[in-house]
Amino acid sequence: MTELTATATPANRPALSGRVKAALVLFVLFALMPPVASALDDPFYVLIGTRIIAYAIAAMALDLILGYGAMVSFGHAAYLGFGTYAVAILSRHGINDLFLQIVFAMGISAVFAFVTGAISLRTRGVYFIMITLAFGQMAFFFFISLSAYGGDDGVALAQRSTVLGMDLLETNFGLYYVSLALLIGLFFLCHRIVGSRFGRVLTGVRENPTRMEAIGFSPFRYQLTAFIISGCITGVAGVILANQAQFVSPAFMSWHKSGELIVMVVLGGVGTLAGPIAGAVAALMLEEWLGHFSDNWKLYFGIFLVLMVLFSPHGITGVLRKMGLVRGQE
Amino acid sequence: MTSLTVTGLNKSFGALKVTDDVSLSVEPGEFHAIIGPNGAGKTTLISQLSGQLRSDSGAVRLGDHDVSRLSMPERVRLGLARSFQITSVLPGFTALENVALAVQARDGSSYRFFGRVSDESPLNGEAMTALREAGLDRRAHVLAKSLSHGEHRRLELAIALATRPKVLLLDEPLAGVGGEDAEAFIENLRKLKGRFTMVLIEHDMDAVFALADRVSVLVYGRIIATGAPEEIRNDPEVRAAYLGEEEGEAA
Amino acid sequence: MMNLFVLQLLNGVQLGVLLFLIAAGLTLVFGIMDVINLAHGVLYMVGAYLIATFAAATGSFWWGLLLTLPAAVVVGLVVEFVVMRRLYARSHLDQVLATFGLVMIANEAVKMIWGTSPLSVPMPEIFSGSVPLMGPLKYPVYRIVIIAAGLAVALGLFVMVNYTRVGMLLRAGATNRDTVSALGVDINRLFAIVFTLGAVLACLAGAMVAPILSVDTGMGESVLILTFVVVVIGGIGSIKGAFLGALLVATVDTIGGVFGPIWLRSFLDPSAAGQMGRVLAPMLVYILMAVILFAKPAGLFGRRA
Repeated sequence: MTELTATATPANRPALSGRVKAALVLFVLFALMPPVASALDDPFYVLIGTRIIAYAIAAMALDLILGYGAMVSFGHAAYLGFGTYAVAILSRHGINDLFLQIVFAMGISAVFAFVTGAISLRTRGVYFIMITLAFGQMAFFFFISLSAYGGDDGVALAQRSTVLGMDLLETNFGLYYVSLALLIGLFFLCHRIVGSRFGRVLTGVRENPTRMEAIGFSPFRYQLTAFIISGCITGVAGVILANQAQFVSPAFMSWHKSGELIVMVVLGGVGTLAGPIAGAVAALMLEEWLGHFSDNWKLYFGIFLVLMVLFSPHGITGVLRKMGLVRGQE
Repeated sequence: MTSLTVTGLNKSFGALKVTDDVSLSVEPGEFHAIIGPNGAGKTTLISQLSGQLRSDSGAVRLGDHDVSRLSMPERVRLGLARSFQITSVLPGFTALENVALAVQARDGSSYRFFGRVSDESPLNGEAMTALREAGLDRRAHVLAKSLSHGEHRRLELAIALATRPKVLLLDEPLAGVGGEDAEAFIENLRKLKGRFTMVLIEHDMDAVFALADRVSVLVYGRIIATGAPEEIRNDPEVRAAYLGEEEGEAA
Repeated sequence: MMNLFVLQLLNGVQLGVLLFLIAAGLTLVFGIMDVINLAHGVLYMVGAYLIATFAAATGSFWWGLLLTLPAAVVVGLVVEFVVMRRLYARSHLDQVLATFGLVMIANEAVKMIWGTSPLSVPMPEIFSGSVPLMGPLKYPVYRIVIIAAGLAVALGLFVMVNYTRVGMLLRAGATNRDTVSALGVDINRLFAIVFTLGAVLACLAGAMVAPILSVDTGMGESVLILTFVVVVIGGIGSIKGAFLGALLVATVDTIGGVFGPIWLRSFLDPSAAGQMGRVLAPMLVYILMAVILFAKPAGLFGRRA
């Protein structure tokens, strides 16, 4: 999986501060969106905004392993699903606290990531992509046959989560800002990880695994750790998504969702953390926008994807780099 | 000082026997060179010693440790380091970062998720020392992929030094380096002599005879002679099998 | 009990044969070109829609099949020429994105052309009956025909791969791509042939199964993932691996789905067994994959991990 070396950017450049600036600009825009939307008398956008934030968290988490670890996971929607079902399962048992739900979501995600990652990471390239896809599908089928929670049809949530006993999330505004706070917190967590000792090892393995072994690192355990961290963060995104939709179903974990997450990461810039947040915004806005024109928006989205890949010599990141939106080497 | 003892090492690829019952005893602190014609199996032997390649049979001992069954990372952590013939660095990292990572590998945990590693001055300090010893300190902040070929060879050496080896395996460190550059490089290696045990594989005979305490000659996977540089130079069998051939090629 | 087992075993073999037809092309494309193609399931769906259209237009399954095959060749060549050809030298990530885009395009295009309601294809008259198997047990002739046709294609592929020049190149290519270019073979043409062959096999699978399934837009998706499992289990690039993997996956899927709950009932109470069986059955093939990969990361017959 060294193929990503050429397109991804190094982790430890001072350029990171530029990325933090880009992220801060995004966060300010996110924070300003609800007042503007309500001034325009269109509060529906706040709910769409929450959905975008949830996917931004998931895309950023995927970037942590895809961009910095060159692991193209095609099963990341599973963790989104674990997050949503963590809310549904705990709420069925009368536990509505957001933090407990997040801990539970991370627990399920960590176990699944540990077991499937330990198997998938023994392979490379095409194998890795297909195996993560298959394990994602396994989780999908598990919840489809889980009749206690509605199986295929899913289950509606009676209420949103509470924060320390307060119903902070009952209003769409409250949910939006709590989600935004989570996004900002998790961004800085990922940012610190990438610049840390661990992050440097992860990036080193991406660049040249043999060299890393020759100086005494066993790549597997670091890759697996990153895989688990990424899964846990994606689980948090699922918790937000369940509250946003007030509904939980296996549809959140179909392999198409995994594909969309990859699209968001690449659209925003592989290995940049802030990029995938922007990528989530762009992809979901494009969906909404195309959806206004046609029921067959997926057709146009698909054409857009194929053209982007075919007519930019270095993929989508190449276009963005040419436009100066992504820094990094050829 | 640690010795390196190799007994009865074998490796075959299909029907081709690449390493044939190789035994070798490198004394603590010795600078031992292995020479041999192209295709003699020198790089294969280094890969087996470093643990990158699994041996079919035989044993490798590092001092009192039998490391035969250990993986490459495990051997490195015990002090058996190697450099690569074909430059193998982290292209997107600066020279300093490449070396700092090697320091990090043996110094403390890499399961630290929060502190900025680029701010860790002990790490950077040790990395700079290794770069200086390899003669590359002035290029510390240049990305590895922007370095010249000669500089890459020095970076290889600096990385290997930073692992603080007890035994260092050098796989053609001078490959593709010529002229004054090569002389300066040989001087760098001479300064390291005696600090740890070294095994050098090299084509450059000037380097070998200038540096080595003892020389082994590898032909078709077998060691046909071991001795002081002068003995090897005058050994008729060696001349026939190897040195003569070189002269023949040159002519 | 025995009857049920034989019945399910036959169903398993029938599914396995179909999976093999799809997986054979996929494993060659992966193995020889090192290209990941998420749109392979789409070709299976397209095969089913093509025969539905042609059979309806001509009023005959056989004419439909006869027209579907050349149409499949055209589809394969066009997709190869327009998209796949430009992806060979790209990163796996680019390949994932572009072929994911193809899946979206194809699914929506099929919906726009044929509508969202499922189509059906009439069973060919002479194969519409059943044959007695053992005791009171009967089995549909058509399913037996699918098994026979699939095995015949498998045999043909086996002969082609092992005894023809193209097959020799395929085997060489799966082991080492550089060798093939070194032999002076036009690699672009070889790739086009391989991809189109894979496309035709997938379309053929879709066409054969159309009379016993409802033809709808989702049909390519479930099969795609199962095919991935087959290819991974069998080892990328190995036709033999794809064949054994397909039969293994299909029998575990069908027999496990029926006998899993029965087996669970022997030590759990019926309702718990039923529930657990329903949850576990669809996961069986993935657990099988996990176990095999844990023992052999490159698959049963894989050369490269």
